[in-house]
Amino acid sequence: MGADLSLRNRFEQGLHAPICLTWELTYACNLACTHCLSSSGRRDENELSTAEAVALIDEIAAMQIFYINVGGGEPMIRSDFFTLVEHAVARGVGVKFSTNGTRIDARAARRLAGTDYLDIQISIDGADAATSDRLRGAGSYDRARRAMDNLAHADFGPFKISVVVTRDNVDQLDEFESLAALYGAQLRLTRLRPSGRGADVWEALHPTREQNVQLYNWLVARPEVLTGDSFFHLSALGEPLEGLNLCGAGRVVCLIDPVGDVYACPFVIHDEFRAGNVRDAGFASVWRESELFRSLREPGSPGACTSCGSYDACRGGCMAAKFFTGLELSDPDPECVFGHGERALAAQRVTIRPVPTPDHSRRTRVSLDAR
Amino acid sequence: MSVSATDTFDVSLAWRVSAHVSLRDEAFGALAYHHVTRRLVFLKSPLLVTLVRGLHGFASAHDALNALVPASQYQRYASALASLASSEILSGC
Repeated sequence: MGADLSLRNRFEQGLHAPICLTWELTYACNLACTHCLSSSGRRDENELSTAEAVALIDEIAAMQIFYINVGGGEPMIRSDFFTLVEHAVARGVGVKFSTNGTRIDARAARRLAGTDYLDIQISIDGADAATSDRLRGAGSYDRARRAMDNLAHADFGPFKISVVVTRDNVDQLDEFESLAALYGAQLRLTRLRPSGRGADVWEALHPTREQNVQLYNWLVARPEVLTGDSFFHLSALGEPLEGLNLCGAGRVVCLIDPVGDVYACPFVIHDEFRAGNVRDAGFASVWRESELFRSLREPGSPGACTSCGSYDACRGGCMAAKFFTGLELSDPDPECVFGHGERALAAQRVTIRPVPTPDHSRRTRVSLDAR
Repeated sequence: MSVSATDTFDVSLAWRVSAHVSLRDEAFGALAYHHVTRRLVFLKSPLLVTLVRGLHGFASAHDALNALVPASQYQRYASALASLASSEILSGC
């Protein structure tokens, strides 16, 4: 979709319900990826019960939210995973879930293949085991590939292969494309954000300016590659990328975390962006009435980007990327294609970077080789 | 969206919202989501939403357009229906 300014303005003022609702089912995870957005690892003892989760699905259905993006942690670790997915689908709410694939054995693959309105994203972060396992842990790439094999064997149909673009894998984009073609899968690329444990590796791993140009050109030539609107900060390089090309936080997207806290987007799990909790008065009231969301829907000011001719194209970039690198929300995106973000970062006298508020990382960091 | 949408859309036939599609009203019009193709489509005017929701009550799209849309806007709304049909938001009855 091209840039339709009047429609984009409407979206910036918010919708009756989100277009894209992400719901992380659990903070528990059997991997410990170095760039985990939600700092997952250990289950939180306050996670929503099955009954609470079912009630939330009923509310989501009543709000006519067409589909939910389910993630975690590793969502398949929850023992009621299939109950919840099947309840959502039965209520007409499509489910797309993100998984590391470790739990998709032949049997699970057959059950998933038998469920309508279900979409699966399997994460790898390199086109070979060495590259991917550096971020996701030893053996994780092979297990993800086994999950893909199992889904293909069960005739699941086209699933998605989801890749976070880093300095290390940006030269492998063609290989990811070939891998997706091999499975009849769709490739999905997303941005490395300095959120959660991603803050620890962002500086070393986010694509360089030259690599971002390379990525932009690659994406422009391939509108069929999905990005979840991840790279709208790169649209300042020329024609807009596919998608709405705006920051959807609290306007068209939001996140419900495993304990029912509602955040403005999946990349800002921090008290400053917590709008409320679904246990209080339900999700709809948070979405429609939260002070935070109302303020995010006010017309934004271009801030430091006022004098830049490309503000209409990139809208100043990603709120989460600015926040967790210690920039002001009125500053340029840290990966601004013109280098304004790098200059803003360099001008920081004292770098005080916000620490993600809930951290469910395992207390003992397992060394990559030991897993 | 296909350039030839209007070529394949026959206004003399009856059309309705596909059984795979959910419609949700919004201030600008409505969002339509196709659960099988997983495509999200924007209906960018309240009148288009009224027309789309009303289609099933008419023997043809032509009748619906005549009844629900000002004559001067007939062509514009016929094209909008054609484009919705090409993205499978509408299906033939």
